[in-house]
Amino acid sequence: MKNAVGRDIPDFLLENGKEVYQGKNYMDGKYLQKAAPKTRRYEKPQESKIVESLAEALKQCGAKSGMTFSFHHHLRDGDFVVNMVMKAAIEELGLEDLTIAASSLGAAHDPIADYIEQGKVIGIQTSGIRGRMGEVVSKGKLRTRAIIRSHGGRPRAIEAGEVHIDIAFIAAPTSDCVGNCRGIGGKSNCGSMGYAMTDAKYADHVVVVTDCLVDFPNMPASVEAIDVDAVVVVDSIGNPKKIASAAARISQNPRDLMMAEDVARVIASTPYFKDGFSFQTGVGGPSLAANLFLEKYMDERNIKMGWAIGGICGPMVEMLKKGKVGKVIDVQDFDLDAVNSINQTPNHFEMSASQYANPANKGAFVNKLDFVVLAALEIDTGFNVNVLTGSDGILRGAPGGHPDTAAGSKCCIIVTPLIRGRMATVCEHVVTVTTPGDCVDVLVTDYGIAVNPLRPDLIECLDNAGIKHVPIEELKEKAYSMVGRPDDLQWEDEVVAVLEARDGTILDVIRKIKPYTLED
Amino acid sequence: MEILKPAMAGTLESSDAQVMVEPGEDGIELTLESSVMNQYGRQIKATVLETLDRLGVQNARVAVVDKGALDCTIKARVECAVFRSCGQSAENIPWGGAIR
Amino acid sequence: MIPRPRPERFRLRRTMMFMNAQKPGLIKDAYIYGCDSIMLDLEDAVAENQKDAARFSLYHALKTIDYGDTEVIVRINGLDTPHWQEDIRVCVAGGADGIRIAKCESAQDVLTVEKHVEMAEEEFGVEKGRTLLMAALESPKGILNAYEICAASERMLGVAISGGDFRKCMQTKPTRDGIDMVTARGMMLIAARAAGVQCFDTVFTNLDDQEGFEAEVLQNKAMGFDGKSLINPKQIRYVHQVFAPTEKEIIQAEKIVRAYREQSAAGVGVFTVDGKMIDIAFIPGAERTLKLARACGLWEGDLV
Repeated sequence: MKNAVGRDIPDFLLENGKEVYQGKNYMDGKYLQKAAPKTRRYEKPQESKIVESLAEALKQCGAKSGMTFSFHHHLRDGDFVVNMVMKAAIEELGLEDLTIAASSLGAAHDPIADYIEQGKVIGIQTSGIRGRMGEVVSKGKLRTRAIIRSHGGRPRAIEAGEVHIDIAFIAAPTSDCVGNCRGIGGKSNCGSMGYAMTDAKYADHVVVVTDCLVDFPNMPASVEAIDVDAVVVVDSIGNPKKIASAAARISQNPRDLMMAEDVARVIASTPYFKDGFSFQTGVGGPSLAANLFLEKYMDERNIKMGWAIGGICGPMVEMLKKGKVGKVIDVQDFDLDAVNSINQTPNHFEMSASQYANPANKGAFVNKLDFVVLAALEIDTGFNVNVLTGSDGILRGAPGGHPDTAAGSKCCIIVTPLIRGRMATVCEHVVTVTTPGDCVDVLVTDYGIAVNPLRPDLIECLDNAGIKHVPIEELKEKAYSMVGRPDDLQWEDEVVAVLEARDGTILDVIRKIKPYTLED
Repeated sequence: MEILKPAMAGTLESSDAQVMVEPGEDGIELTLESSVMNQYGRQIKATVLETLDRLGVQNARVAVVDKGALDCTIKARVECAVFRSCGQSAENIPWGGAIR
Repeated sequence: MIPRPRPERFRLRRTMMFMNAQKPGLIKDAYIYGCDSIMLDLEDAVAENQKDAARFSLYHALKTIDYGDTEVIVRINGLDTPHWQEDIRVCVAGGADGIRIAKCESAQDVLTVEKHVEMAEEEFGVEKGRTLLMAALESPKGILNAYEICAASERMLGVAISGGDFRKCMQTKPTRDGIDMVTARGMMLIAARAAGVQCFDTVFTNLDDQEGFEAEVLQNKAMGFDGKSLINPKQIRYVHQVFAPTEKEIIQAEKIVRAYREQSAAGVGVFTVDGKMIDIAFIPGAERTLKLARACGLWEGDLV
């Protein structure tokens, strides 16, 4: 059945009330029955919840084959915890048929690909999937279909019971002996722990894994002891160098800067750019550089940013410290400047993934966003964006908060070079629709700007400001004139991953890619 | 042209292609690696073969490692490798003739 | 194949940005940054053993890429190298708008290049006289011979000083106030104006020193340069900003041109605009101001 972005969704996926994507805000006003976890009572006072090893903790939580374990990705490419836990479960306890439900997975988790090939891990639910794991899933090696959700879609699915977490593992830079966790104060600091919060509330069991035990009480806690069954102290939960980069530097690449400047011009041309406006930007080259140019316009008009959300890094913290932005609220920190600022700098707060982006709750931050500036691997002439699959059809990306912020914000700007190497970023049809075109408003490239025809009001703003723009088809043709028209990817019928829209409907599917041959 | 000795042109930088030609006996033996294989593999192969054909290269082993080069770059690298293999790359290039 | 119109000998050349002709990622779209001319470099940017590869790359870039209104000039290797003749062949065959002669020291150097350009135009069936020339003066001798160089050929569009080599010859280093090259710059400018060609300043290489760069650009403008060579796209905007005419200048120029058209139609040669005496001698300057204003996006009229 074709969905609202024209993707053919096989009927066999539409069971148990699952629907295809119908357009944004389709679920508005409907009711949601939340699922409650079954948790153990700890009535008798305990001195400590520390257990000897991960294997012990798993046993204590009744780990068995077929279970779903959840993880969060604040330790990013430095994370050791996913691999450590799965090794203990599979190699020490001999468990199999396990499902990993993570907020994201990356190159740090290459070893899990082996467990997938061995059939020990049979399910993956995540926002991001990259490296070897993306390859084996794309080759159809995972026994069940992977499920890809946005950062807002994940807490929605957890709360709705669509994902039932048997054991949640919390990678904690610091914890006390009963499991009050924080993202700072240890040796592998990550700052915000926003993605772990819903897991801790909805999992049957919660295990904290830390490499820095601190005195009770570890306050203010990101994950609270009231939800924690066991604490495991390990030598190291991650490689600090890969958890948070030293400092996210603003790009000096002239192409990035040129695009960033156009992004700022577009923003400044809209009526939303007024004192107290709200803003989120990605950390990619041109997105982050937009901060720099935006500041100039803010100074010129003598206005301040009301608040900023997101994954946060140094340049935004700098603006907060300078008083150019009122409040910063984040689910994740990307560099040490941000890690060291959260809950320390006045008006720099932490929030949960649900609070950030969940479309089914009653007040997510994304719904109050004026602007979001995002990158794209591909964008098609319907303004649909792909940030998940590569040009070869292999899973190598993450929707992350892309669809959530795009849908919630008043003005969503995609900024990307027109071509990357020989890849046309602006194309006829994206490989996978991760953010539907009805949520995307403006495209800024190094070859020109295009506005979604669904937004005549923004077209008028740009015209009034004398900002040139062209139909997106023109940009696509320009791209193809340079790189040539790509061959269509060749797929098998087998669906290897289902991409859920943030509201839980099916936005797209990822099929197994056919081996490529040079023969015609 | 006849491939007289092994020769190489181009780099492995993004947007470039590295082309290696060696003497061969039985037609064109092409190996191709590309970062954009699934979408452009056949076009790259066609460009390489056309270019060799235009240069009158009938027998050669050709290895192309493409890093997302545009067609104009692929042509330039193939041509340069072939002319180098014949020791003729420095002067009197038939611009607009066999090179076009 | 992208047909390019016949190059204009005198056009707006505020910014000429150098690009290594051997780097596919750079040359494919250098024009997007909005410089007036791009300078594809076969000389210093290309390693000695890659000169051949750079030419193949250049040829196809020239033939394939639509540079639009951006002028495409190629810097060829010096006449003391084994490369320049083939460089000229590929430039002409590929249809470059112009050739920059490196290390030019005499009118004879220009004539030598011109002869080979003519031969190449003949060989490749290119319209005779199409390919423009410009000379880089990189030595004291080049500066002293600036006038004869500028006046050596009808193809000459202008001269540029090349600071790196020139300072080496003079045993000086870049100074904040430009005193190290002020004489050479001045001599070259006078020669260029005397010969009626354009004149361009050298590159500013310290990308971290924006203040120094800006000071140099202001000085260039004050001295009367037509433009400047650049090494990075981020330098373009400031030069265009500095070389842009002021609003007052634009209004004045428009009045002059308009008044001249009306008066000359009525047979009047000398007239006043805002109390100032104007005759035909003012017209080229006023027209240049308007063209510049239009290129800078500051004026949209159709007087010129």
